[in-house]
Amino acid sequence: MSDPSRETDVELKARRGRNIALALGLVLFVILIFVVTIIRLGGNVTNNPS
Amino acid sequence: MAMSQALPSARAPARWQDFVQLLKPRVMSLVVFTGLTGLVCAGHPINPVLAAIAILCIAVGAGASASLNMWYDADIDAKMRRTRSRPVPAGRVQGADALALGVVLSLFSVMLMGMALNWLAAGLLAFTIIFYAVVYTIWLKRWTAQNIVIGGLAGALPPVIGWAAATGTVPLNAWLLCAIIFMWTPPHFWALSLYTSEDYEKAGVPMMPLVAGAASTRRQILVYSLLFVPVCLLPAVTGLGGAPYLAVAALGGAIFILLAARLSRSHAGESREQRNDDGLYDVRAGAKDARNLFAFSILYLTLLFATLLGEHLMGVQTLELLR
Repeated sequence: MSDPSRETDVELKARRGRNIALALGLVLFVILIFVVTIIRLGGNVTNNPS
Repeated sequence: MAMSQALPSARAPARWQDFVQLLKPRVMSLVVFTGLTGLVCAGHPINPVLAAIAILCIAVGAGASASLNMWYDADIDAKMRRTRSRPVPAGRVQGADALALGVVLSLFSVMLMGMALNWLAAGLLAFTIIFYAVVYTIWLKRWTAQNIVIGGLAGALPPVIGWAAATGTVPLNAWLLCAIIFMWTPPHFWALSLYTSEDYEKAGVPMMPLVAGAASTRRQILVYSLLFVPVCLLPAVTGLGGAPYLAVAALGGAIFILLAARLSRSHAGESREQRNDDGLYDVRAGAKDARNLFAFSILYLTLLFATLLGEHLMGVQTLELLR
């Protein structure tokens, strides 16, 4: 008899898909914050009169 | 909260696509389009990457409020044909997960908008999310037949947010774009509800045809249409639209009023015959006029904003008939 607490293939596949989507979202978030920082900081450095 | 008890427990494992569906991608694309129009019409030089981030924030904010809406409305979504296959009522996603996604994305979109663009745009975005999720979804939708009239403000604000993101200000022309969508919402949704009211009846949502009757709804659609079309002409007076816009607004507006007048003389919304399938365009014979106005309202709004967007991208001379 199979163990009901074990994940089925469908559940494992769905979880893997969710994990990959979450990982991509986090990487995108890091890239976004980096790009925004560079643009905002860069603009302020360029505008600095000293 | 009684709502959370009504949520079914998850039956099938949630796929990442289910979480995308929580964000209502089709509504998101409309919001991106109107937000972009506001941003471009502002006519202010802006870093293209920051402009893209502003649009991303508007899109994610819209998705967040959609997710919060799907969390709270799971009980009524389960009763309506059009919405019962959504991830939460279908049991593919837990209500708590939809709530968490909505809250996290709301915070993300508002904070990023504030840090990357400005806090006026971020404040307007936060207001829009709260207005849609709390004022419309939790309060107005189940309480009054004026739900979509007042709640329509949430759908009308994205061009103002786009404008604010580009300039840090919200002048009259930005509010004019908001007014166009705001006045468009009642005739658009009431035309739809004339032939989907049995769904709303089952769910206990007080849409206008159920509360005031079909005849009153048809009259109100005509009144709102007569008020809406002049508002659409205003951008040609305030220096926002050019000659092509005036032509599109006037010609489309004439058709809009004609269709609304035809609908007011029809018997749309009065037949109780059952429909054959779940399609939005499959309507009872008497409701064809309602479907025609509903379909044309989408085309008209799209054409208005596309013309404004095209004019500002191509540098077409705007009209200032009042000056």
